[in-house]
Amino acid sequence: MTAPADVTAALQSKFPQASLRPSCDHPALNLPITEVVAALKYLRDEFAYDFLVDVTAIDNGVDVSPRFTTVWHVYSTTGHGYVRIASDCANDENPVAPTVSHIWPTANWHERETYDLFGITFENHPDLRRILMWDGYPYHPLRKDFPLAGIQTPLPDLEVADLTKASVKPAPMMGGPFVASPGEMNMTDAEPRAKDESWTERREKPASE
Amino acid sequence: MASANNELAYNTKIEGDIVVTRADAVINWLRSSSVWPMPMGLACCAIELMGVAASRFDIARFGAEVFRFSPRQADCMIVAGTVTYKMAPHVRRIYDQMAEPKWVIAMGACASSGGMYRSYATLQGVDQIVPVDVYISGCPPRPEALLDALIKLQAKIKKEPSAATLLASA
Repeated sequence: MTAPADVTAALQSKFPQASLRPSCDHPALNLPITEVVAALKYLRDEFAYDFLVDVTAIDNGVDVSPRFTTVWHVYSTTGHGYVRIASDCANDENPVAPTVSHIWPTANWHERETYDLFGITFENHPDLRRILMWDGYPYHPLRKDFPLAGIQTPLPDLEVADLTKASVKPAPMMGGPFVASPGEMNMTDAEPRAKDESWTERREKPASE
Repeated sequence: MASANNELAYNTKIEGDIVVTRADAVINWLRSSSVWPMPMGLACCAIELMGVAASRFDIARFGAEVFRFSPRQADCMIVAGTVTYKMAPHVRRIYDQMAEPKWVIAMGACASSGGMYRSYATLQGVDQIVPVDVYISGCPPRPEALLDALIKLQAKIKKEPSAATLLASA
């Protein structure tokens, strides 16, 4: 279930700046951001990669430059193979990537999601609004400098916020299911229930170690 | 002929069609026997909620089968599922549109406390935005648990000072 062997070679000969990207499954290429649209169009028209599976991004870290990498996954419904195209965004503060929504309409919502969660602006996107978080939310939650628990902000509806005195608060993370232990370890030991839960939001963690 | 009327109970043959009771008892009996739920189905708990309404568990046995998808016609909001911060104001607005008297059941771990979703996007308990009468544990709760919550809510309704509340508001 792989792409035709010549697809990476053909891409590299047409786009000399393309370099092979380490990948443990499908053919993957790094491309300059200026050539991504042409390369994706070339894949669709010449190699029948007719289905855009996903548009997403990687935050390589707050101190890393280039910080943001945009990733496109395409699939051929006739050749039954995937190709992954990745491209670094030039600006680390306000990253920009080209839209492919004129090639695949499905890119519209994928790009809105990537904009919402990573803050990558897709140039010439017809309707670049947030899709998961509400309009006016000030952060991009999948960035590395955004804590999983969240940051205190007002509720989307100020009238309801005033009525209920509720606000968006950081979620309690202690002993939660998403607090996984990093590194290679036994899954049973990595589970939160295996951790010390004698301390909670109200009771301080006993000083030890 | 003098009849020895020893009956303490009400006898229609003697007194006609009159029932003597307390206003609270009859109002609360009416309210608790026909709770009209407003299904606020937000996640997988709503599937169990549908199961409760269907024939196997049959919430009609407890007088609450008339699910209304308009808040104007309902008096018990069943919050079944994860309430995101994006959804929270809408839940509150729908609650505000329900006519008094009204009650809220928080169904499942997510509605009660945020459940496993300890994240930036999830409201950590619907009681932050609406007053909750009954909480149901479970992820999702069994349909029997929702029936139990309804019975508990009915018991709560039967203890309310309804007549005093009505007179005070009149």
